[in-house]
Amino acid sequence: MTAARARAVVAIGLGALAAATGCEREARPFRSTALTASAPGEVTVSVLQPGPRAPRPEMAEGPYDENAYAIADGKRLFDAYNCSGCHSQGGGGMGPPLMDSTWIYGSAPENIYATIMEGRPNGMPAWQGKIPSDQVWRLVSYVRSLAGLTRKDVRPGRNDDMQVKPAESSMPRQRAIPSTKP
Amino acid sequence: MRAWRHGTAFPIALVAVGQHAQSALDPAGPQGDRFIGLWWLSLAISVAVFVLVVIALLVAALRRRHEPVAVEPVVAPEPAGERSLGRVVNAAVAVTVVLLFVWLVASVRTGRAYTSLRAAGSARAPVEVTITGHQWWWEIEYPDTNPSLRVTTANELHVPVGRPVVLKMTSTDVIHSFWAPNLGGKRDLIPGHVTTMWFQADTPGVYRAQCAEFCGYQHAHMALMVVAEPAGRFRAWLAAQRQPAAPPTDSLRARGERVFLGADCTLCHSIAGTPAGGRQGPDLTHVGSRLTLAAGTLPNTRRNLAGWIVDPQSTKPGSLMPQNPLGSEDLQALISYLEGLR
Repeated sequence: MTAARARAVVAIGLGALAAATGCEREARPFRSTALTASAPGEVTVSVLQPGPRAPRPEMAEGPYDENAYAIADGKRLFDAYNCSGCHSQGGGGMGPPLMDSTWIYGSAPENIYATIMEGRPNGMPAWQGKIPSDQVWRLVSYVRSLAGLTRKDVRPGRNDDMQVKPAESSMPRQRAIPSTKP
Repeated sequence: MRAWRHGTAFPIALVAVGQHAQSALDPAGPQGDRFIGLWWLSLAISVAVFVLVVIALLVAALRRRHEPVAVEPVVAPEPAGERSLGRVVNAAVAVTVVLLFVWLVASVRTGRAYTSLRAAGSARAPVEVTITGHQWWWEIEYPDTNPSLRVTTANELHVPVGRPVVLKMTSTDVIHSFWAPNLGGKRDLIPGHVTTMWFQADTPGVYRAQCAEFCGYQHAHMALMVVAEPAGRFRAWLAAQRQPAAPPTDSLRARGERVFLGADCTLCHSIAGTPAGGRQGPDLTHVGSRLTLAAGTLPNTRRNLAGWIVDPQSTKPGSLMPQNPLGSEDLQALISYLEGLR
């Protein structure tokens, strides 16, 4: 190796080291930002309402779609709360599959949040008052990564136990499908 | 001296369980007794070797040179000097080999004595306990062929004095390790595999055990209290633990029960005798009778319980228990209810 090449290698190495100091560890949200109870009525399930038409309250965006830790936490909760009992690891059973591109009630974070909180006809129970809203947002982001709606690099790469389906991170990226129902 | 006898015991937990609760230098059973001999032998040999090496080093460094250094060093063979140096090195090697051999024999003897205790214990109807490690708490089960007599509790292991105990241990998430220094060595808890450990406590007392294998954020706050008590008291404790939770008698506790059953709690926790049957978190059927909260992190007081329920993430960041923003009246009722679960 010539002296010039050696100098180039050293310079590139030092540059890489300097760049590495810019790397930042992803924030791990342990506490929900707001210490408030999820009050009934937070989720709007219908546009029909008594009296004059009021503007529909804006829902928060799914806060954890970019956070690998929260999505992995959602994966843990998905098993812990027995979502697999009906949705079977996302493949569907008694409940509809969650890893395909068909979304009866919309795939946007607020649609999925409403589905979990308020329940849906024909079997989906309402979890409002049973699962804290912060954990529901984690579940929302995990459900979205089951279908490949989140970035590939934040989705879980493997299971801690036997794998029954391809890892979430190997699902093809999907486009969000807007809800046809409120 | 006294400071390091406490070992790494967490000060808050010490307030609850007294001194020397977590120290291998204070053995409370035959297993611990076997180790203490090996420990003192190792300490004595190590200190002696260290002192001798430091003395030799100081002598070599401070010794006055006999002759001033010549400008042109003369390198000539010195057979007499080399022979004496060779003898010193040979002697040092011989002493090292002998010391290591002493250590080997002592270690093997300790191991054999330990195994013979296990063989003796298995012949004497041991108390069997199943321990499951979770991030970051211990699930403890006293199995029984009659399912209604099984006892599930958490973070507190009660054992009778003078009777061998066999722990069958496993884990649900990552590798943990059970280590009660007063009672013997460590044993890992491995997911998907059952490890067995025998011990016996001869001195009544409360001993602190600690997870000894790094298992995540709250590894340091994953402790277990081993309560060694006379056989009669142990039987009484077990009989009390077999009872379902008594229904609340006053209106405050009744309200607390309604709060518990109506809130997020039931998805993870169970209380025998109520519809709450979650299996993710510790069983709370007799939570009021336990010494500590959150796996040996806090003494079990009313104040700590309130703080723990409302905001566990400030005490144990990363713990799987979420925040529970309850109104103050609901919270007071809930704490009265939980405190009364004895």
